[in-house]
Amino acid sequence: MEGAHALSLNQKLKIANQKSAGVRLRRALLWLSLMLLVSTLLALWVGYQRLDFAALWTDERARLIFFGLRLPRVLMAGVVGASLGLVGAALQAMFRNPLAEPLTLGVSGGGALGASVAIAFGMGARVGGLPVVFVAAFAGACLSVVVVYRLARTGATVLPGALLLAGVVMNTVAAAGVVIIQYFADYSRALQILRWTIGSLDVVGFDLIWRMLLFLVPGWVVLLLLARDLHLLAVDEETAQSLGVNVRRSERLVYVSSSLIVGVTVAVGGTIGFVGLIVPHAVRLLFGEDVRVVMPCSFVLGAAFLMLADAVARTAFGAGELPVGAITALAGGPVFLYLLRRQQRYTAL
Amino acid sequence: MNVEASLIEGRGLRFAYAEGRPEVVRGATVAVERGRLSALVGANGSGKSTIIRLLAGLLKPSAGDVLLGGVPLARVRARERARRVAYVPQGVSTVFPFTALEVVLTGRSPYTTRFRFENANDLEAARAALAAVDAAHLEARPVTELSGGERQLVALARALAQEPECLLLDEPSAALDLKHRAGLIRHLRRLRDTQGMTALVVTHDLTLLDPDFDRVYAIRLGEVAAEGAPSEVLRDEVLTEVYGDEHVRARQAFGRTFVWSEV
Repeated sequence: MEGAHALSLNQKLKIANQKSAGVRLRRALLWLSLMLLVSTLLALWVGYQRLDFAALWTDERARLIFFGLRLPRVLMAGVVGASLGLVGAALQAMFRNPLAEPLTLGVSGGGALGASVAIAFGMGARVGGLPVVFVAAFAGACLSVVVVYRLARTGATVLPGALLLAGVVMNTVAAAGVVIIQYFADYSRALQILRWTIGSLDVVGFDLIWRMLLFLVPGWVVLLLLARDLHLLAVDEETAQSLGVNVRRSERLVYVSSSLIVGVTVAVGGTIGFVGLIVPHAVRLLFGEDVRVVMPCSFVLGAAFLMLADAVARTAFGAGELPVGAITALAGGPVFLYLLRRQQRYTAL
Repeated sequence: MNVEASLIEGRGLRFAYAEGRPEVVRGATVAVERGRLSALVGANGSGKSTIIRLLAGLLKPSAGDVLLGGVPLARVRARERARRVAYVPQGVSTVFPFTALEVVLTGRSPYTTRFRFENANDLEAARAALAAVDAAHLEARPVTELSGGERQLVALARALAQEPECLLLDEPSAALDLKHRAGLIRHLRRLRDTQGMTALVVTHDLTLLDPDFDRVYAIRLGEVAAEGAPSEVLRDEVLTEVYGDEHVRARQAFGRTFVWSEV
């Protein structure tokens, strides 16, 4: 009896599983693109002033608000969200740890420290100085990744507990560094740093977005090209190596591109935590574990998620505005704790 | 020894895990003969696992050469190597709940590209590999929920899905019960007899070797201390030296050689 029951259940599962990863990816991307479209329209519509789409053809002022403020901001949220979702998925696969993401690994903290150093030297005031801030944030993020990874790795294994602890400590140290820099910087720059650490996706025009994309697109491309290697690495590192993955090279490419992406997004929007945690997790629940599916889907869902989170941040308190990082942390913190509790069943942290 | 007959050969291998650390492999020469079942045996820490990793190309020897079909392994592209040699590590602890089929499908990666996922052929090969180790029923199960033995079967199926010429297995029977241990040996024997599969197996299970294995390499302190047919190696005086234990006994009964150490 029991055997017969198990068999029928198994067969049901088999049918769900028969779709090859390629088919699953195409379907998932179709659904998520629809969702992204809806999120974009919704995020464009809501705001301090609700958008009247029809007025765009007639009203000069509405056009100005839409193309100068609303559209760039929604686009910025999409770009940052997609970046964080993708990096989260990549880091989780590489470290074989569902709790890994830019914030928990200290990458964001390192990036923030690097960016505030650059701002303290007066690089943040002009759009022309931004590449310097980007590079400084990238360097800070890189340093963080290398330190955290070195601390957590012993021989062939990465200790999951040590990884997260090292990340937390890196964040704390980096935050202390930011405060000290703020203390010594002159008044106007200190204020600039403070405003930026709170984190906001506020943007006027598309200039900044183009500049960001110049740095982000190469990072995105490299990570997406590594999806297959990361899929094999997520299953088992030694097996991946025996299957022809150049583990060291893939790891280095993931560090560099993740640091670049996180550094740039932190330099612009401040630390926005847990997007890289929640989004890949949701994708896995919906579309399965295959990293080659999870990574591109996290990219699309990340964009939709941060657009919506930012829409909430813009509208929750009328004219006032919440930092979007607070919204993502409120949503992501509980998910982190839930995953932590679940993971303890498999691995001693 | 006829060099042509060996598929993978390690010559004078030396290896230390870090500079200044003691060498764990000290001049070992192992020639895995084509179409034969070979075993690496020896005490804990004798260097068996390191030798098999060197042969798999996962580690680079500090001295000596590994040859695959007579060609230095360093000159064989990783993808080509993965099509010819499949390696199964001692323990695979996957954190994410991939299904058994997903894990086995990773064995097809040497045949797919970055831009192409597995096709129907690959799916068929993966299912056949699972069936070959009597694990077809595990297909849809998350590997995180499988027992140690079931995971070993899945790892073996993944290796078979690579359709390799040679299997390098590090203690594949460690977590298997009696029935599955015998099953594993039957699978290996059948693969050898029907497909001419070559295999090198690290094992502590000396009773499995005679008569099904063709050759045994006994490793002691990173060197080959004895090699030959199981009946030549599985003898009191040889094993006493290999294991540094005078209580080891090897006796013939029921057409097998039983090995144990007196308590």
